[in-house]
Amino acid sequence: MPIVQVDNLHKRFGSLEVLKGISLTVERGTVVALLGRSGSGKSTLLRCLNGLETFDSGSAEVAGHKVTAQPAALRELRKDVGIVFQSFNLFPHLSVADNVTLAPRLVHKLDKASAGALAEEMLARVGLSDKLHARPDQLSGGQQQRVAIARSLAMKPKVMLFDEVTSALDPELTAEVLTVMERLAADGMTMLLVTHEMGFARGVASQTVFMLDGRIHEAGPPVEMFASPKTREFQQFIGQSLK
Amino acid sequence: MIRDYSLAEALFLLDSAKWTILLTLLGTAFGGLLGLLVALARTSTSRLLQRAATGYIATIQGIPVLILLFLSYFGLSRAGLNLPAIVAASVSLSIYASAYLGDIWRGAIQSVPVQQWEASASLALTRAQQFRTVIIPQAVRISVPPTVGFLVQLVKNTSIVSIVSVVELTRAGQLINNATFQPFPVFITVAAIYFAICFPLSWSSRYLERKFNANRPG
Repeated sequence: MPIVQVDNLHKRFGSLEVLKGISLTVERGTVVALLGRSGSGKSTLLRCLNGLETFDSGSAEVAGHKVTAQPAALRELRKDVGIVFQSFNLFPHLSVADNVTLAPRLVHKLDKASAGALAEEMLARVGLSDKLHARPDQLSGGQQQRVAIARSLAMKPKVMLFDEVTSALDPELTAEVLTVMERLAADGMTMLLVTHEMGFARGVASQTVFMLDGRIHEAGPPVEMFASPKTREFQQFIGQSLK
Repeated sequence: MIRDYSLAEALFLLDSAKWTILLTLLGTAFGGLLGLLVALARTSTSRLLQRAATGYIATIQGIPVLILLFLSYFGLSRAGLNLPAIVAASVSLSIYASAYLGDIWRGAIQSVPVQQWEASASLALTRAQQFRTVIIPQAVRISVPPTVGFLVQLVKNTSIVSIVSVVELTRAGQLINNATFQPFPVFITVAAIYFAICFPLSWSSRYLERKFNANRPG
């Protein structure tokens, strides 16, 4: 049974229809890269999957939870679905450890000792064990993004969403974040990511989805799609991206 | 008989400043409590609460604090509720403060970036948990300078209650002046006492601002 199931999803912002009937299934343990130009609807689709955006029609089910606008149901879904943002969005008033353990303590009612151990475990996973007591503003962008990943992982999600997580980073900082994500994929995490990192999509993703104008234009295993694009638009897109 | 302006008169002024401080504290405490409710209502998801809070802020801010004082002192006594002057004064200052503090804190809550709401919501926090652990702590930092700025105004605005014969600092100054006919030394003393109350407030605001800024992302 697929862990993500999207059926005929439609979404409009006012008069602008940004998702024009998206259907998508994702199997457990796979990595799906959503590609496309700005405005193609890929970020909106991702945000619909954890209820940060509402949709007008169609349905979506993620990790066994139907996506609704109902707050309690949405919280249940979000316990199992993590998201990492382009702009990190760490909590600036909390230490790195508190950023990581805030939600487990409040939502999973973790006690102080277990929370401390969890923070250490999660930060070790992203290679930041030495930053436990640092403040977010004392970290580089790449480090902040790795803390954001650790914060999300601390909730033990079944699915992780990544919304252009390296777009705000310099190339060398991008690499450290991608390494963490690659390890996560190798550990079997189900991941959906919106990215402009073609190399990563090609090398790590099990499936690539090319979106154009609110629709899925072409989808398939990256090896085939990159080697022999079926549509002119995707061919143009990778041509421009590799330039 | 015209009295001299001596140490005894100056001490009387200093002593009356305790009412100024008490009125400020009461106005801050009750106005702050009510103001917090106003700010939470104004930023809630309920349209009804939002509108009620907006209406309250607009109404109170549109009325001079002097009229609020008349309403609670003369108005309520006509209605059969005879409030002691100090209570009527505290009530009117609290209502006045609640509208301004409510609006200041509303602004502070709304200036926390929307991404902080999104990030905390995505971690399955309830709205109350988001407010308590993510939004309010950041809003507090933003709101310190304007809040203290308003409190300085509040200290000075307590002088208005001299009209309903609460002998606070300003009223005490008038009484001493009437007895001594020495307006300059009397009101310079009064001014100096107000300054002595307000200046540490302003200074602490700048101190807190610096302290918080040291920990803020660039």
